[in-house]
Amino acid sequence: MGAARINEAGLRRDERLERLKLFGLSSPAILLILVILVLPVGWLFYVSFIGADGSFSLENYERMLKRKSYARIFRTTFEVSFLTTGLCILIGYPLAYFISQLPNRLANLCLITVLLPFWTSLLVRTYAWLVLLQKQGLVNDWAISLGLWEEPVKMVHNMTGNLIGMVHIMLPFLILPVYGAMRAISRDYMKAASNLGAGPVRAFWTVFFPLSLPGLFAGSLMVFILCLGFFVTPAVLGGGKVIMVSMQIVSNIELFVNWGAASALGVVLLVMTFAILWVASRFLRLEQMTGGGGH
Amino acid sequence: MTPQPGDALPISVRNVTKTYGSVHALDDVSIEVESGEFLTLLGPSGSGKTTLLMVLAGFTRPDCGSLKFGDREVIRTPPHLRDVGMTFQSYALFPHMTVAGNVGYPLRLRKVPKPELDERVERALETVQLGGFGSRRIDQLSGGQKQRVAVARAIVFEPRILLMDEPLSALDKKLRDQMQIELRHLHEKLGMTTVYVTHDQREALTMSDRIAVVNHGRIMQLATPRDLYERPANRFVADFIGDSTFLRVDRRGDRISYGDTALRLAAPPPAADNLLLMIRPERIVLSPEGPREGANNFAATATDVVYQGDSFLLNARLPDGNTIALRGAMRGENVVALPRVGDALTLSLAPEDTVLIDGSEG
Repeated sequence: MGAARINEAGLRRDERLERLKLFGLSSPAILLILVILVLPVGWLFYVSFIGADGSFSLENYERMLKRKSYARIFRTTFEVSFLTTGLCILIGYPLAYFISQLPNRLANLCLITVLLPFWTSLLVRTYAWLVLLQKQGLVNDWAISLGLWEEPVKMVHNMTGNLIGMVHIMLPFLILPVYGAMRAISRDYMKAASNLGAGPVRAFWTVFFPLSLPGLFAGSLMVFILCLGFFVTPAVLGGGKVIMVSMQIVSNIELFVNWGAASALGVVLLVMTFAILWVASRFLRLEQMTGGGGH
Repeated sequence: MTPQPGDALPISVRNVTKTYGSVHALDDVSIEVESGEFLTLLGPSGSGKTTLLMVLAGFTRPDCGSLKFGDREVIRTPPHLRDVGMTFQSYALFPHMTVAGNVGYPLRLRKVPKPELDERVERALETVQLGGFGSRRIDQLSGGQKQRVAVARAIVFEPRILLMDEPLSALDKKLRDQMQIELRHLHEKLGMTTVYVTHDQREALTMSDRIAVVNHGRIMQLATPRDLYERPANRFVADFIGDSTFLRVDRRGDRISYGDTALRLAAPPPAADNLLLMIRPERIVLSPEGPREGANNFAATATDVVYQGDSFLLNARLPDGNTIALRGAMRGENVVALPRVGDALTLSLAPEDTVLIDGSEG
């Protein structure tokens, strides 16, 4: 009983002081986040509830429910996001797999070529696609001279062009996490599968693929969420035929100067994004619980 | 269904060579592993022992050579058709499957019907003393348990050959000692031809029927643990297995001498001009009463005395500057008074412990 508790008070005071110091050190970051993130988003919420006459009102949200065009815009947004994500998976997963199986030096080289587009402006890349895909563009010229098709095919100012551009821009966001997850899969797993009697195809689907799923989830989620709020590419390559939420927000402000309506759209998009993140995070946690953490 | 010792297959490795650039990972290696034998490949890292195991498993394609399991030539057979069990240094347990999922994996590939599969998985888990662990996740297991699951997964489909790549290297010493005995028992029970890779000489001595010491992609010696320890073929083996002091000796015909003193030998020396006297620290003894009749005696001065609990370690310098290491049990007069640094001592080596080896190697 009653062991001497020497220096107890002093040690506790040190502990408290240390915590205060840590809080002090991180306060600039907290302040920054408050100013550039929390305040604007709060203001967005506030404005979305202000009607045309300047008083509190739900008219911005009511309009969204009543007008068919809004429903279509949301449907287009989700459609474009789903398609882009799906195409990114179809192209990105095999590519990531290929790169992950290369020796280190070659893999790094390939990754740089994947990342290279990141260093050029989004706008430049989008307009480059416009040049390539237009009726008298490079792609049509070559395809016709190679005899792939006879008449120039319309590949811009429609969904096709929009998807080509968006997939190109989103691809690195998928490849990087998938590649990371794949690199973390020890080659011993594949050796073990093979030793236990699995041919290459069986080994891939029973061992490699399930272990790469967390990376694929993360990458797909990132691409999908980025697509939801995408503006530049659909605006340029969609040619007014692909109208997404972000474009409606812009026209609400530029054409109709209706900040309330624009804010309400922003809020709905934000809430939807959070909802998707929330569902996905539950899904991912489930994934981790079954041990799919990559190791 | 229980494998009998007669079910095991012999392994025949003939003239296997594997080069990486100009480096010989395996240099014309030939080994015959007998049916049901526990053979250990022992060597330092980079010696080629793991490469040889990978050739057996089919993960490394050699430049040339032959590999037979029984009568079947398998050198060109892909790994998934070789039907050998294997455990990996990293265990390589699939993290997205439960323990039962892992152990049942090879059975599912072999389309074993569900009730039989469950029964065999449980039986394999019981064999490694993990009965009832089937529903655990891999990350819930300790290192020793992972090792056992890896073993269960490697034996559940009743392969006739079992390969083990440093299976105990990640475990702490106590568990390692225990697992060594357990794996040895398992081998006796299942009787599979087992090839075991380790860099730990004590582990090799404890577990093996025979040990192949590997260095620079070649088999330096293949012998029983006892022969390896007591009659090493060359300096590398003598150095790698156990501790020893080497002294260069002179040969004039049949007369072998160290310095001016002729050595008394129990066995004829190897036929080489360049000979080394190998002294195991536990075989040379302190002789407080002075030189012993009929033994080889060395006058020396103690330079280091280390108390190690069950024993003591002593380094003694000979007049010519060479140092001999000696290990003695802590009992009798040693408990009362260990020699002290600077004491003049007589070290004595019986003729049967006076082992000469070919010193031309290395």
